[in-house]
Amino acid sequence: MSGPTSPGNPAARSPFGGFAEIGGLLGFLAIVVMVFALSNSRFLSGPTFASIAFQLPELGLLTLAMLIPIISGGFNLAITFTANISALTLAWTMQAYGGVDAGTGAYVLGVVAALGVGAFIGWVMGVAIAYTGAHPILVSLSMMIFLRGLGEFMTRGGDVSGFPPFVSFIGHGTLGGIPMPLWILGVCVLLWHVLLTRTRLGFNVYMIGSNIEATRYSGIDTRRTLTLVYTLSGLMCGIAGVVMLSRFNSVRVGHGEAYLLITVLACFLGRVDPFGGFGRVLPVLVALVILQVMASGLNLLGANQHLATAMWGVFLILVMVIRWGLARYLPKRR
Amino acid sequence: MTDIDPQSAALRPQSTDAAAPLLIQLEGISKVFGGVKALQDVRFDIAPGEVLCLAGENGCGKSTLIKIISGVYQPEAGGTMLFDGKPMDKLTPGLARSLGIQVIWQDLALFPEMSVAENIAFEQNLGARPRLVDYGRIRQIAGRMLDRLGVAIDLEKPVRELSIAQRQMVAICRALVADARLVFMDEPTASLSKGETDALLVIVRRLASEGIAVVFVSHRLAEVLDVCSRVTVLRDGRYVGTYPTKGMTQTRLTELMTGRNFDQSVRAADRSAAPAVLSVEGLGREGDYAEIDLVVRRGEVVGLTGRLGAGRTELALSLFGMTRPDRGTIRLGGEVTDFRSNRDAIRAGIAYVSEDRLSLGLVQPQSIADNIALPVLGKLVDALGLLSKRRKAALVDDWIRQLAVKIGAPEHAVSTLSGGNQQRIVLAKWLATEPKVLILDSPTVGVDVGARAGIFEIVHRLAEAGMAILLISDEIPEVYYNSDRILHMRDGRIIADYVPGRDDIDAIEEAVHA
Repeated sequence: MSGPTSPGNPAARSPFGGFAEIGGLLGFLAIVVMVFALSNSRFLSGPTFASIAFQLPELGLLTLAMLIPIISGGFNLAITFTANISALTLAWTMQAYGGVDAGTGAYVLGVVAALGVGAFIGWVMGVAIAYTGAHPILVSLSMMIFLRGLGEFMTRGGDVSGFPPFVSFIGHGTLGGIPMPLWILGVCVLLWHVLLTRTRLGFNVYMIGSNIEATRYSGIDTRRTLTLVYTLSGLMCGIAGVVMLSRFNSVRVGHGEAYLLITVLACFLGRVDPFGGFGRVLPVLVALVILQVMASGLNLLGANQHLATAMWGVFLILVMVIRWGLARYLPKRR
Repeated sequence: MTDIDPQSAALRPQSTDAAAPLLIQLEGISKVFGGVKALQDVRFDIAPGEVLCLAGENGCGKSTLIKIISGVYQPEAGGTMLFDGKPMDKLTPGLARSLGIQVIWQDLALFPEMSVAENIAFEQNLGARPRLVDYGRIRQIAGRMLDRLGVAIDLEKPVRELSIAQRQMVAICRALVADARLVFMDEPTASLSKGETDALLVIVRRLASEGIAVVFVSHRLAEVLDVCSRVTVLRDGRYVGTYPTKGMTQTRLTELMTGRNFDQSVRAADRSAAPAVLSVEGLGREGDYAEIDLVVRRGEVVGLTGRLGAGRTELALSLFGMTRPDRGTIRLGGEVTDFRSNRDAIRAGIAYVSEDRLSLGLVQPQSIADNIALPVLGKLVDALGLLSKRRKAALVDDWIRQLAVKIGAPEHAVSTLSGGNQQRIVLAKWLATEPKVLILDSPTVGVDVGARAGIFEIVHRLAEAGMAILLISDEIPEVYYNSDRILHMRDGRIIADYVPGRDDIDAIEEAVHA
């Protein structure tokens, strides 16, 4: 608790919420970094950025998994447990091929199986949502409960570990000075960005998010699109699961559970419309960085981890209030 | 179309008899929103017990004027507002209500899950002490109001189970409970059948006889002609004039509202020699329509009319592949079709402009450009299979130019456009699919009179280029002046056909709506 600085306050003075564009978010990121740098001389150092670079990807990949369903006007509450089950698939595949002695072939097979399982879980949810018209929150909540129960039953609530040493390279190694998890996140961010801005699928996701019936009347196969949305979300969960396994060198069902709501908040902080139809990948990425910088900064200041989480909540409420204020008191265009 | 000066028109603006005491009198009222003049030097007056029509196109300032009179907006300084001869400034919604000014907006603003009685007498309970709901009293008040109007509606029924006409009665009763002296009714006849409209007019006359002033906001003159004594016309936020309804015609009113003349002439031609594009034989679908035979030829506009619920839209949805008929065949260019979804229909060359532009025709929050691109994304991909911004922009620019759509920028949300321009965007998006058959379902709903002519100019141009067009509408003049033939549908069957020019428009109106 050193220093009088509250991480929420700078937002009140920044013009951040008023600009739909990424500029406001970047400006705010700069302010957050500056505040922490001024309150602790050790903040602007290699280790801080390394810790951010290693921690960001888990949350980032899960956020990407949440992003597309939200833009489509839905939700995926099963992301963390889908990631767990995918990771379990990888873990069991490696164990079946000798555990600590498993080769890279087994690893690759396991990764493919993990991504397949993640995509399959998403596909099941997508079909249920698209064809029965059930609410995405209910469908994904049911799936989340099912996966948690299934996973805890199969692992007896314990950890699964004992992997070959090279697995930790994915979680802790660097390539060209950049942490492996960050490489993976970077590739996924790029893929998602292209998917949403340049493909027919992405285009239709936005349209469905704004008005699914009008989109269907325009000749779009909305069921197929929704099914794909959740399949891709599940696939991204699979990737997150693989990264998480490598970071912790073990799998436990329930790991990362706390990330679920943070991913939703990161989306909204990145100006994704909670009602669907609008939102972009890059602002969400910047929002994630802001949250992670705050967490690391508070950690460095010696703040309790739970207090840091509480600060996120305060900060996000402040952001909502500021955006409301700016929308109300700044003259509207058009 | 030529511009006309309303002042020189045969009908001169007329004010009420100076001796009659006016209920409300406004002069020099202006309102500016962010630099845009929504109202400019507008005057308005009405006497107790008078029924007046307030007319004008969408966006002419009608709603702004009503909101000023009901205290929602404050007018700019400089105007005067007299109520009962006394000036009223700093009017608030609460103050307006206490003066007896009531507005019944088109959506009626009822509580669908609450009962008729609760909806009517709901306000009686506000501010009551003790803060308890006295259901006996609510029922008693509501019952008295319905009796006063001479209508019978079950007091316990939830409002969502009522017809639109009945809901309107509930909204009127709610206004009466609040001791209304001036009632604004926003497009009250828009969703009523002719019988229901007549019943409403009886009620309005009864209110007038009790000394309540009623303002009808409408642009369908025929319906308000009998009941209104005068019509006040606004255009582009300016006061055009107030005219007696006696001697007024729809054509004249349209001219006053738009400032332009429209020639209406029959354009029907015999096109039986042209090849059939769409032909339907013995088409039927349980509960929707039956034994439908129809042919639309190349370059032909076929009107399909009939009252709401006659099965017009249901038939159109089957032609568009949204629903599957139980029996019969649909041929397109001679080939039998079997549409599994509207995607098949679109691929085969059928386009459907929905009657519900707001929720089915366009994705309102999204951009103009994206709405046009939506049905033709497949054409906009580059060599890598990715959407090409350049191709999209070229397509969008091309259609916006061809259809002369007035837009700010293609990135703006479609919802920012007027009804007429939105409908042009709907046409653009469907024309981009290069259809052979264009089904227009009530294409001018919510489109201003002035913009309607523009829509039909496009339709005629398309027909001349060889498109087969099925025009669905319950407005007889619309099908009469824009079709080559007219089919009349009732209870799911086609019961008659007419030819504009050969058959008289009034006779068709009578056959369809009486």
